[in-house]
Amino acid sequence: MHLHRFEKIWLMVGGATLVLFLVVLSVNAYAMGMMPPSHMKMIDPNKVDETAPFDNPGLHETGENEYDLVMSSMVFAFQPNQVEVPVGAKVKFIVTSKDVVHGFQIPKTNVNIMVLPGHISEVTHTFDEPGTYLIICNEYCGSGHQIMAATIIVK
Amino acid sequence: MLMALHVERRETPAFSDMDNSQKNEPKVKVDRASAKLSLVHIYVAYIGFAIAILCGLLQGLVRGGIMTLPSWLNYYQILTAHGVLLGLVFTTFFIVGFFLSGCARTSGGSLSPMARKLGWIGWYLMTIGTVMATIAILANTSNVLYTFYAPMKASPFFYIGAALLVVGSWFGGYAIFNNYINWRKQNLGKTSPLFQYMAVATMILWQIATLGVAAEVLLQLIPWSLGLVPDVNVLLSRTLFWYFGHPLVYFWLMPAYVCWYVNIPKIIGGKIFSASLARLSFILLILFSIPVGFHHQLMEPGISDKWKLLHVILTLTVVLPSLMTAFSLFAVFETTGRKKGAKGLFGWFKKLPWNDARFFGPMLGMLAFIPAGAGGIINASNQMNAVVHNTIWVTGHFHLTVGTSIALTFFGISYWLIPSLTGRIMTKALHRVAILQAVMWTFGMAIMSGAMHYLGLQGVPRRTDYTTYFDHPEALSWIRPQALMGMGGAVLFFAGVLLVGIIVYLVFYAPKGEEEYPISETQDAEERTPKILERWSLWLGIAAFLIIVAYAYPIYQLIDHSPPGSQPFITW
Repeated sequence: MHLHRFEKIWLMVGGATLVLFLVVLSVNAYAMGMMPPSHMKMIDPNKVDETAPFDNPGLHETGENEYDLVMSSMVFAFQPNQVEVPVGAKVKFIVTSKDVVHGFQIPKTNVNIMVLPGHISEVTHTFDEPGTYLIICNEYCGSGHQIMAATIIVK
Repeated sequence: MLMALHVERRETPAFSDMDNSQKNEPKVKVDRASAKLSLVHIYVAYIGFAIAILCGLLQGLVRGGIMTLPSWLNYYQILTAHGVLLGLVFTTFFIVGFFLSGCARTSGGSLSPMARKLGWIGWYLMTIGTVMATIAILANTSNVLYTFYAPMKASPFFYIGAALLVVGSWFGGYAIFNNYINWRKQNLGKTSPLFQYMAVATMILWQIATLGVAAEVLLQLIPWSLGLVPDVNVLLSRTLFWYFGHPLVYFWLMPAYVCWYVNIPKIIGGKIFSASLARLSFILLILFSIPVGFHHQLMEPGISDKWKLLHVILTLTVVLPSLMTAFSLFAVFETTGRKKGAKGLFGWFKKLPWNDARFFGPMLGMLAFIPAGAGGIINASNQMNAVVHNTIWVTGHFHLTVGTSIALTFFGISYWLIPSLTGRIMTKALHRVAILQAVMWTFGMAIMSGAMHYLGLQGVPRRTDYTTYFDHPEALSWIRPQALMGMGGAVLFFAGVLLVGIIVYLVFYAPKGEEEYPISETQDAEERTPKILERWSLWLGIAAFLIIVAYAYPIYQLIDHSPPGSQPFITW
């Protein structure tokens, strides 16, 4: 099979760019710890309210200005649906679903996880700026999907 | 005098291939039986298209805050209809119909009798499935969108309809395989026609890919929706869906590549750059499109980050066949332009037939694929995905890929496919209307998709009815760009109506005549295609190996370490 000389150059440049891109991606992932959220813990989706930590949803201080925010999601709400944290708070969101698949996203941050029944999702974010942050469900979950939201007030 | 002109125009298509060197080759026509089989596919495709664009218009206007739906119509219902009818029905029917016609055209004009039989079985199954699923959606029983994620439960009719659509398309594939095997038996030792080779490669990819969704629907969702089993493994069902969901986009793309590689060179009066490279790129697409589904599940719990990274790497490898394709296409454009006397570095660009609608739309589609591909690289990157996942950016992305690159190419194909099969011609005036259509479509899409990309970066979710989230100031700031998005959708709707008008005219009213079915030759007639490219068992083996590497252990884990299953929910 004959490869035109220009095509060889084109593919070599393209291939080298690809390799470089993958190297950057892997360094980000491994050396800088920027792997996508992939929490492996499971839960019985029919017994969320009885199972720790979801038997006690809400904000729990775990260190100096560090919190666990335990939230269960259901059609069409998050529980709790409003919390307040100080500026600079490092919040670990621990979320599961009591029914269908939901999404969990805070616009303009990198907080964006899927919430699956039977699984527990986790993601951590530090709130450096004060404001009222919106948490929205970004996976279609039924006729009231568009009102499924919560807020975090950072003071 | 006018009459005379009219009569004269009846016999010549707008663009003849007189300047081509293939004058001596007798024109091959697709016979009536094969043409009819192909056309019935195209008809269903465009009926689905017509309904779907109306749904699309309503969605855009609702989301933009320009109108509200009557109480008997639900946003998510029309969203489901829009996605199913365009993503699954329009594309699948069009692709099978296009391939069947091209296989006939490259087999002396006729499909083998067995291929015709298989093709009809496939068409009936697909049509019955489409009607079932459409009724289920209209009855408000299945507002589950085209991804039908469990544990939202649609009516069994919806799942069975979807299964019939997929199984029917398998028969379309069997028809293409049968015809190809037949051709090779009759032409021992010869290299198969490029069109048929590509059609076979695409349908092989489709058979492998749909195994995932078939397993999900047949083994998990149908028994569960009928109440035969109480619960469903949600993550497994999603994984099986995305095993299918990504190669699905290559199933849409590869027929557009067939047009770009095989039909477009002939339309512009050139020849295929290299048939072997074209074949190799299709083999690479089969290998690298399937073991990659986790890049749609990057933000999910329950799948380890290392398996996700492997899929990300395999996903991005598909850059290589894409670059090969881009090179080949522009090489054809340049060599053809130079043969027509183009001077300078970019003079060939002006020599392209810009007033030919068979070329114009697909060319805009190719250009749209450049930003579309760049967006795809962002989506597939495991870190950047956190910014755009499930935002309306993704909707903007696939409206550029399938909604622009592929759709404009399919429209361009229709402009010669339909008349060449119905014995009519695409007149010069129609070419002008079709070019206007392509410009409108691209303009509307640029506005809509541009707004979607912008909004997605602000964090606006996809697949969501009009909302201000209780008048949250951030959500309120999204409404104006959403209105712009809706206006882009309205432009697209009018472009879509214009297209349906052209199609109806081509089927029923265009002047009778002989429209050419453009199939190109290669530039270098002496070029021998390596035999290894046609050893399917080898490529199937490598594909199977890659799939096992990427999926065997994760799927074993999903079954072995699963949480208690989910009961069905109807949440609309």
